[in-house]
Amino acid sequence: MIEIRNVSKWYGQFQVLTDCSTKIEKGEVVVVCGPSGSGKSTLIKCVNGLESFQQGEVIVNGISVGDAKTNLPKLRAHVGMVFQHFELFPHLTITENLEIGQVKVLGRSRDEARERGLKLLDRVGLRSQADKYPGQLSGGQQQRVAIARALAMDPICMLFDEPTSALDPEMINEVLDVMVELATEGMTMMVVTHEMGFARKVAHRVIFMDQGRIIEDAAKEDFFGTPRSERAQLFLSKILGH
Amino acid sequence: MNWDWQVFCKNTLDGEIMPRCFGSGGEITYLDWLLSAWGWTLSVSLLALLVALLFGSLMGILRTTPHRGLVFLGTAWTELFRNIPLLVQIFLWYHVLPALVPPLRGVPSFLLVVMGLGLFTSARISEQVRAGIQSLPRGQRMAGLALGFTLPQTYRYVLLPVAFRIIIPPLTSESMNIIKNSSVAFAVSISELTMFALQAQEETARGIEIYLAVTALYFISAFALNRLLHAIEVRVQIPGVIGGSR
Amino acid sequence: MLNLDFGFLTAEVLSAYVLKGFLFSVQLTFVAMLGGIVLGTLLALMRLSGHAWLMMPAAAYVNTMRSIPLVMVILWFFLLIPLLTGRPLGAEMSALITFTLFEAAYYSEIMRAGIQSIPRGQIAAGYALGMTYAQTMRLVVLPQAFRNMLPVLLTQTIILFQDTSLVYAIGAYDLLKGFELVGKNFNRPVETYLVAALIYFVISFSLSTLVKRLQARISIIR
Repeated sequence: MIEIRNVSKWYGQFQVLTDCSTKIEKGEVVVVCGPSGSGKSTLIKCVNGLESFQQGEVIVNGISVGDAKTNLPKLRAHVGMVFQHFELFPHLTITENLEIGQVKVLGRSRDEARERGLKLLDRVGLRSQADKYPGQLSGGQQQRVAIARALAMDPICMLFDEPTSALDPEMINEVLDVMVELATEGMTMMVVTHEMGFARKVAHRVIFMDQGRIIEDAAKEDFFGTPRSERAQLFLSKILGH
Repeated sequence: MNWDWQVFCKNTLDGEIMPRCFGSGGEITYLDWLLSAWGWTLSVSLLALLVALLFGSLMGILRTTPHRGLVFLGTAWTELFRNIPLLVQIFLWYHVLPALVPPLRGVPSFLLVVMGLGLFTSARISEQVRAGIQSLPRGQRMAGLALGFTLPQTYRYVLLPVAFRIIIPPLTSESMNIIKNSSVAFAVSISELTMFALQAQEETARGIEIYLAVTALYFISAFALNRLLHAIEVRVQIPGVIGGSR
Repeated sequence: MLNLDFGFLTAEVLSAYVLKGFLFSVQLTFVAMLGGIVLGTLLALMRLSGHAWLMMPAAAYVNTMRSIPLVMVILWFFLLIPLLTGRPLGAEMSALITFTLFEAAYYSEIMRAGIQSIPRGQIAAGYALGMTYAQTMRLVVLPQAFRNMLPVLLTQTIILFQDTSLVYAIGAYDLLKGFELVGKNFNRPVETYLVAALIYFVISFSLSTLVKRLQARISIIR
């Protein structure tokens, strides 16, 4: 479904990604972790072309993301993405946030889009908030709406870029619950997160990144059992320590 | 000092005081002239504001795109129209452009002034539009693109609706500036308020009354525009956003 | 098609017609900047003094100036000063007075923002050292406000420089008037206006580039 081949990226002189390669199969849930500044957010944004890269290839569903001829909007329309800071559109109501992509990108009718949007709101437990504006919701609620907004586009896979790291602790679980449900339903997911509990519960594989490189790329059992690199061990002990 | 407000009721031709203060049958009083001058000031200002919003928004938007050429175009435009005094720009439109571009010779000077004032102001509006867009979190642009919007759609549906709301206050003061700046149109003989002030002052020697009336009309115009834009600002506030209604 | 010919704009012509106007524009800019900043700072202090009898007249003055077109202000002063002093005044002198008083209103808004941006703790620290109000302002608050606002003050000065061209309304002999006279005398208005625009552009653009660099440096220091 997603294939990353030898991707390297520089900001000017500074190399942010070095020769990153991995593969995510259909239905797989892959967690990407690593210290801040390790390039994990940059890598996930390369998957749907929000960040460009100078070397290597990213193939999503058979389409090359870096190819200048690729119709990126068309590709992105079917790759859902959830951001650290939710990024709901503040001037639109919750329902309108769910509708706008469906109507303007997928060309669905407003009624159809509304119905689909409300169904997903139900699913994330926020039907009652439909007519509010994002600024009137809590962070956890906003993030659940953001997930619903991505799902409304009927994505073939979902990208999560630190979806819980901007949330107050008491709101993290309501978001993780939605993600766990999604994972158990068989959604293909690439998740940048520090939530190791989530990784243990539903991930198939865990990727550990440091200084722009993929240091570990292992099945969950192996990663939590015997991570091979010292840096990954150090990272895990810090993360799990508190 | 002695006030003589009757000066406005005088016939502009022979200086006789007209009984109802307004002229009739082709004869006009200074009051008639004043009101028509006010009309010219408002027309020049509002049309120039339209031109300024159009070009200023476009150029401001270009400066926030990821395309270097477009950024350069927007920046060059802004620097060009910002660094030449308005009066000089008006002279360029009035004296120079028609000489260089013959088809412009038939264009009424009123429209040349509208373009001059409009493009001068577009540079300032471009600055505000750019600042407004850049003040939005970077993630908003990414979220728009990630949904599958094209870049123009991202601007249309995600960035601009919020950016324009943010910049209503500076746009308000720029709109009031346009009314004030329209006064330079006198230099190319547009019969607006300042032109009226200069000529009527000379003809009647009642400078203070004339200037007071003209100043008051400038003040009223700017104030009315301010209230109008403030009403718009309140109307489009986003619930749940700082400064917005709950 | 019109043939542009700039050959008549020789050094002699420029120094005969334009130099005098240029010097006046520069003089007007400097006088109005210095006078405007001093008066503007006083107005800002009045508005922040907390005493209604100081705040109200200062606010009224600033708001009135800021809501009248500069051209009208120029005309007002040109009309009023001779009436008040009882003797005629040259257009240049009138312009110097007008611009100083007019710009004071704009500089005062900048200084007010600058003073308000200084944390209240700074004032408290000044008092704690035993300073008087005047000392606290002069030694602690104003120097910081002035430094923080320097780029904005200079940007306003560039606008002021461009605005000096508006003395056209009372016929004062400035840079633009110099070019206009050349244009009339040589019957070449197109070329002279173009060169005038170019000169204003070069001056304003270089100054604003300098201000941008200064701003970058100040933001690093802070």
